[in-house]
Amino acid sequence: MKALRNILDSIHPHVMPGGKHEKWYALYEAVDTGLYSPPETTGVAPHVRDGIDLKRVMGYVWMATFPLMFWACYNAGYQANSAMAQMGIESAAGWRGAFAGWFGYDHTSIFSNVWHGLWYFLPVYLTTFLVGGFIEVLFATVRGHEVNEGFFVTSILFSLTLPPTIPLPMVAIGIAFGVIIGKEVFGGTGKNFLNPALVGRAFLFFAYPAAMSGNAVWVAVDGYTGATALGAAMTGGIAAIAELGFSWSDAFLGFVPGSLGETSTLLILLSGAALMATGIASWRIVAGVMVGMVLTSSLFNLIGSDSNPMFAMPWYWHLVVGGFAFGMMFMATDPVTASHTNSGRIAYGVLIGIMVVLVRVVNPAFPEGMMLAILFANIWAPMIDYVVISRNTKRRMARTAATA
Amino acid sequence: MDGLATLFIRAIFIENLALSFFLGMCTFIAISKKIEAALGLGIAVIVVQAITLPVNNLILNGLLKPGALSWMGIDADLTFLGLISYIGVIAAMVQILEMFLDRFVPALYATLGVFLPLITVNCAILGGSLFMVERDYTFAESVTYGISSGIGWAMAIVALAGVREKLKYADVPEGLRGLGITFITVGLMSLGFMAFSGVQL
Repeated sequence: MKALRNILDSIHPHVMPGGKHEKWYALYEAVDTGLYSPPETTGVAPHVRDGIDLKRVMGYVWMATFPLMFWACYNAGYQANSAMAQMGIESAAGWRGAFAGWFGYDHTSIFSNVWHGLWYFLPVYLTTFLVGGFIEVLFATVRGHEVNEGFFVTSILFSLTLPPTIPLPMVAIGIAFGVIIGKEVFGGTGKNFLNPALVGRAFLFFAYPAAMSGNAVWVAVDGYTGATALGAAMTGGIAAIAELGFSWSDAFLGFVPGSLGETSTLLILLSGAALMATGIASWRIVAGVMVGMVLTSSLFNLIGSDSNPMFAMPWYWHLVVGGFAFGMMFMATDPVTASHTNSGRIAYGVLIGIMVVLVRVVNPAFPEGMMLAILFANIWAPMIDYVVISRNTKRRMARTAATA
Repeated sequence: MDGLATLFIRAIFIENLALSFFLGMCTFIAISKKIEAALGLGIAVIVVQAITLPVNNLILNGLLKPGALSWMGIDADLTFLGLISYIGVIAAMVQILEMFLDRFVPALYATLGVFLPLITVNCAILGGSLFMVERDYTFAESVTYGISSGIGWAMAIVALAGVREKLKYADVPEGLRGLGITFITVGLMSLGFMAFSGVQL
């Protein structure tokens, strides 16, 4: 380890301003502080003695997605292998067939499922990471800011929201749009007002509706037809989901087709609980989203409708289908784009909860509403903060006026 | 009644004048630096919109439409005078509103400054009137549409002002500062408002 430190130290003078390779400072800094803790300390008061920094926050979020990455591989493989068994297909099509079948296509074997699914998750993630990472480093180098760990989070969250069947060029375009327009034009991590991963996904959603709509099936086998749980619910309600052979516990545990990371509500809730326990995800936002969702869906249950079966969908189904849980735990709690005041966070969460049910139930154009609900709430987050702060100012003005 | 409620929600969210038709962009971008000013302008637009639309509706149905003047024994189609009459009404209404604000709410009058008279040429206002003509609204519908489309526009500008106040701390590349980043912001905001597109009421 000492040797590595020595190598980095010997490069150091060359990348500082005035050095021969000063253009490469951003890259050097990324590697150096990625491996070792940064030497800089706060120079002026006030000091807060705490081990937490941006690197650790982003690192925790990244680690929290590990179970989801595993499940993304397992479930993508499980869905594909089951479909293949059902249709009597011997091996996977395309270039993936050369690798994915090394351990067979047995949908009862965990290892075979994970290996098969890995060939869907890994290319998506690698594309995201390479294209997005290149843009990130390019901007950091040209604009002279540091490469930020935030990109680890953006890249993994973006990959996990994509369907396993998505063509890789679309992945590249989506992450490029998300990183450039969603984040870098505003100056990088912490300066954006919309979640960059969601901006990229929303861009793909509207640019390539056929690959992203969620009505059609997301199982990685050619010629397989079926519907995702939400797509079925749009037309026939809960009964239609049951007809597909999915019970509530299937959807809760994650044995349903869907985007890579969104299927297992159980794992998402566990990861999310860990994030909330470490104080990285705000429990106020999560609680707000839950309350908003439960209230709105119960309201729709009460109103009822003869023509729209989504009205009758109870809240515990809303929780387990589609990207609700994933969005609630990982997307809505993004500290940059959420409201920054505590009471504002609750209001922000409730707004998301209401919007997601609204889009799912009354908007027949989109089966899934989580992404758009969060983007919509992102737009209002600064306004919510403004109202909270100005109310607080008024209250305190009144108090000082009374005591003075 | 059901139709009016539908129209109300549709005009605010689904067919938002600013974020899905991109009308009234000049004031939308110019007055959205501060939330207070944006709120004031938003309210002014609601008021102007709520007055001019019904008035223009009365003018259209009572004076301009073919056969509207038949009680005077004149059988003429005066709809070619439509544009100029609507603009005249809008200009007059804005003038009255300006005098009213100057007399009773001088603070808001000072904040809005030159942009209050500019509402006269705000395309969102004229656009509202023209939509009313094109979609053949009744009087009740034009009252509803006037108020709700104004509210939609006001909501959009207030949200934009909130976002722009937050973006004060952003480090925007030099070439994009000012108008450029605002256009991108508005575009991204309309992406968020896409949540409503396709809603069937």
